[in-house]
Order: sequence, then structure tokens, then C-alpha cells
Amino acid sequence: MSEPDLSSSSLTPAEEPTEGSTSRRRMVLNMGPQHPSTHGVLRIILELEGETILNATPDIGYLHTGIEKECEVKTYQQVVPLTDRVDYLANLSNNLGYSLAVEKLLQLEIPPKAQWMRVLLVELTRINSHLVWLGTHAMDIGAMTVFLYCFREREDLLRIFEMFSGQRMMTSYIRVGGLALEPPRGWEQAVGKFIDAFPSKLAEYEDLLTKNPIWMNRTKGVGFLALEDLLDCGVTGPMIRAAGMKWDIRKDEPYSSYDKFDFEIPTREASDVYARYEVRLEEMRQSVRIIRQAMDGMPEGAWVTSAPNVVLPEREKMKTQIEALIYHFKIVTEGFTVPAGEAYVCIESPRGELGYYVVSNGTSKPHRVFMRTPSFANLQALPDMVKGRLIADTIAALGSIDFVLGDVDR
Amino acid sequence: MLPEILREIPVARALESWDPSAIVDGATALGEAVLYIAPEKIRDVCRQLRTEHGFARLGGITGVDWYPASPRFEIVYFLHSIGNNERLRLKCRVAEGQELDSVTGVWRAANWYEREIYDLFGITFRGHPDLRRIMLPEDWEGHPLRKDYPVHGHRYSYKDE
Repeated sequence: MSEPDLSSSSLTPAEEPTEGSTSRRRMVLNMGPQHPSTHGVLRIILELEGETILNATPDIGYLHTGIEKECEVKTYQQVVPLTDRVDYLANLSNNLGYSLAVEKLLQLEIPPKAQWMRVLLVELTRINSHLVWLGTHAMDIGAMTVFLYCFREREDLLRIFEMFSGQRMMTSYIRVGGLALEPPRGWEQAVGKFIDAFPSKLAEYEDLLTKNPIWMNRTKGVGFLALEDLLDCGVTGPMIRAAGMKWDIRKDEPYSSYDKFDFEIPTREASDVYARYEVRLEEMRQSVRIIRQAMDGMPEGAWVTSAPNVVLPEREKMKTQIEALIYHFKIVTEGFTVPAGEAYVCIESPRGELGYYVVSNGTSKPHRVFMRTPSFANLQALPDMVKGRLIADTIAALGSIDFVLGDVDR
Repeated sequence: MLPEILREIPVARALESWDPSAIVDGATALGEAVLYIAPEKIRDVCRQLRTEHGFARLGGITGVDWYPASPRFEIVYFLHSIGNNERLRLKCRVAEGQELDSVTGVWRAANWYEREIYDLFGITFRGHPDLRRIMLPEDWEGHPLRKDYPVHGHRYSYKDE
């Protein structure tokens, strides 16, 4: 390979200094795609004047894996593991969004126990995702300790997910019709132990950050964007709640029995990086509250719906009943058919509105699956957030968006 | 003529009295309101919905390929009004090679979604400020989400080799 010719590359100054502005020189800086603060493979082309950002252009697609195309050649139940890989920090939320959309098309009724279990699991996922966000975001800004603390608690959560599904991250635990497996013995103790200890851990993070002058200097007033601009850019989730909009899909369009839970929607007015930090921290506290309610009021009964043509039969029945064996064979070999039609279901993922638009043509494979991922929309607001600010503020603003590149590029 | 069911949706009623030729079809699919809009009217309809009916949020835009049907594509707009807690889907039926008006002037959120459709379906948007491929490299051939694009088989794209 020959040496790249740097003279024509975009890494060199884009414009020669003009007369009378010898001290000011515009240059183009390539940030990423390999950069620790972009949390994956995001490239941002920064146009600079000194250290002030004139323009920022995100360049995405480095992690594009064609998941939506892949869905079209898989049967409905084979798509579930693909959804894990979209937002790989909130796997269960993606499982849930997809399952709800297919269940809507099939018009399945989900038993209460499965619904409550789902709520419990996606709230654990929210804490998990927010912990990764807090740890990495704080580390970007220079607070290394928080990262170690957050990942310590995250490890406990991954163990809980492993206990449920056998997998730490790619759980595929929420399936069409209910759950993949019966909740394991002893899950109450494991989850109970975690939520008993977690509030004091949250207080530890707050001790490290909330009143820390360096943290406040780096985050207060940084990454500001007015609520109208955020809505115009399609931003959802904690970011618009940090701008004063009290809108949460769990409350406004409740799914999976969220209307039976009592919790608050935290909001702030400042719409800066610090406000987003406060909102997410408070959300973790509310998640603990929801998990506790789900544990205390966990209904008895089945963890999957009774739809023999959709849900795999129990192993025991397969050995004694011919119908169960036939259903098992049919589901595994050709999948289940879904009536022609389309459904859009959205849920509140840790990052915002996660929507699944599933179009069925009446066969056992989806005709089209569109994933309305929150990170894709939220990242669009980045240029407006950093224009006129310093490069260092880009890092803080990026962290506060809390995007996952798998979720952006799909 | 609109089906009876749409007469019950206030937005559809209001839109029809504003421009009788805007809505060409409609349905309520599993409780979700869907309106088919004449492709040449889409930008005006979106602007009207945003300014007069509170649809301040564009959730997203996507496409569906119905090959070999004609017109081949359906472009789907996901609209949401937080104030009224109401969702609405707009659809445009588009033939291959047919252009659509960009709605980036109505919601900035449309920018990347239209680029994505251009990239993966090959539909161009008139008046888009920066219509480039977004997911795939610039020199990529074909549009992967089209039904006649193969799922298997590798294709590499290295510009400098």
C-alpha cells in the first residue's frame, strides 16, 4: 500500500488563512471513527476556528450490519436474537418492543405474570444501560472512579441476566408470547439483594459527582439545546425530559401493565449535560421503585400465553402428546404465520422512543421490520448542541446523548 | 371518497375539508390511524398537520418495498402529537424513479431519515439539503432494502484498491 497523500486529505487545513486573520485559521479535524469518547465507531468531522467549533458533521454507518434486511429472511421467532444486537446495552427493551409488535399483529393476550416479569426485566435493563452511560460519560470527563463503581454494579446485573437466560448480554429472554424460560429458582433473592443495595450505591455516585466542582464546571450550561429544537430534531427520552417536557411512553401510552405501577417522571428545566445527568440518576431511583413493586405484587400463573401454534410446548408434553410434538415440529421448521397487516409499537427504552414497525404479508417471515431507534434520532441534535463551543464540550455533549452505535447504524 | 371509518378521525376530516384531493385512501389498522396521501401533496399536508393540528414530532420515516406490485414503494411517515397524545401514520405510494418532496423544511428530524431511504431504497427527495448515502459507503452500488437486492453474497467496497 502506498502512503496516503495527506495534502489533499480533509485532515489538513481546509482554507488558507486570509488576509488580516493570521491568528485565526480554519481547520477540519477528524474525530473518530476510532476514538474512546465516541463509544464505538462514530466519526465526527469538526470544522474549527482555533478551538471553537464552527460546524460538526456526524458520519455514521460504520456499524451498519443490515439487521432490517436480515429480518426479512428470518422467521418471526428468529428475529428476536437479532433485536438483541441492535441496542446491545438494552437488549431486553429491544426484545420487548419487537415482541409487543408481533403480539399486536397476532392479537395475543399476555398473562399477567409475564407482563410483570417483563416490566421488572426492562427496568433492570434501564439501570444497566444508565450505569454504562454514567461510567463512561464520567470517565470521558475525567472521573475515573465512577466508571469502576458503575461497572461493579453492572456486573451484578449481568449475573442476574445470566441467571434468567443463560446469557449476560444477548439474552433473547423476552419472546413472542411471553418469556423464553420459566424464571429461575432464587431470582427473587438475587434481584432483591441488588435493589436493596443499589440505592446506597447511587448515593456513592452522587457523592463523587453531584457537587463535584470539576464535574459541574464541565457539565453545567454545556450542550444546551432548547426544547423546541430538541423536538424538531426528533429527540426523545431523558434528553427532552431534561428540557422540561414531562413525556414518557410508560405513562402516556402504557404497555405491558405499566399503568399499574406507581412511579414519577423526573424532569429538569436546564436542558444541559448536568440536567441530563440528574434526570438519568433519578430515573434509576424510579426503576428501583418499579422493580420493588413488581416483586411485591408478582402475580401467579403462566409465564407464556396459551397459543400452541406460536409458543413452543413444554418438553414434557412433547414426549406424551402427539399434538404438542406436531406443533413443536411446525414452529421449529416453518415458524408461525402472522396475519397480513402492520403494527407500530413503541416503548420507552433507556434512550427514548424505541419503535418497532412490523409489516406482515401473511407468511411466517416478516415483510419488513423497521426499527425506530432512539439513538439515530437523538444523534441528529449533536451539531446544534456543539456549534460555537469548544472541542472538550463535544465530549461532554456526546456523552449526554447516550447513544449506542449499534442502535444508530442497525 | 373516504371510508366511513375515517370520518370518525377528526384529523382526517379536517384535512379533507382543507384539501379534498390530499387524502387518497385510509384505514385503521389494529387501532392505528393510517392515511394515504397523494405523493405531490405530502409536504403541504405535513406542514398543515404540524402547524394546525399539533403534530410537532416526526417519529421517523421509512419505506416498504412491495415489489413486484405497482407502484412499488410505500413511504411511511410516523407522526406524533404529544399535546393530544395522538399518533398518525402517513403513507405515499411511489413508483420507481419517482421523486418525493422533502419534509426537512417541516421537521429537521426528517434529514437523516430521508437520507436513509435514499441510501437503502434509492428514492430521491426533492429539496433535501444534503442528500447523500448515510449507512453505506459513497461508492456502494444498489439499494439493499429493495426486495430484488440479494441477502446473501458478499460485496466489498474499497475505494483505493
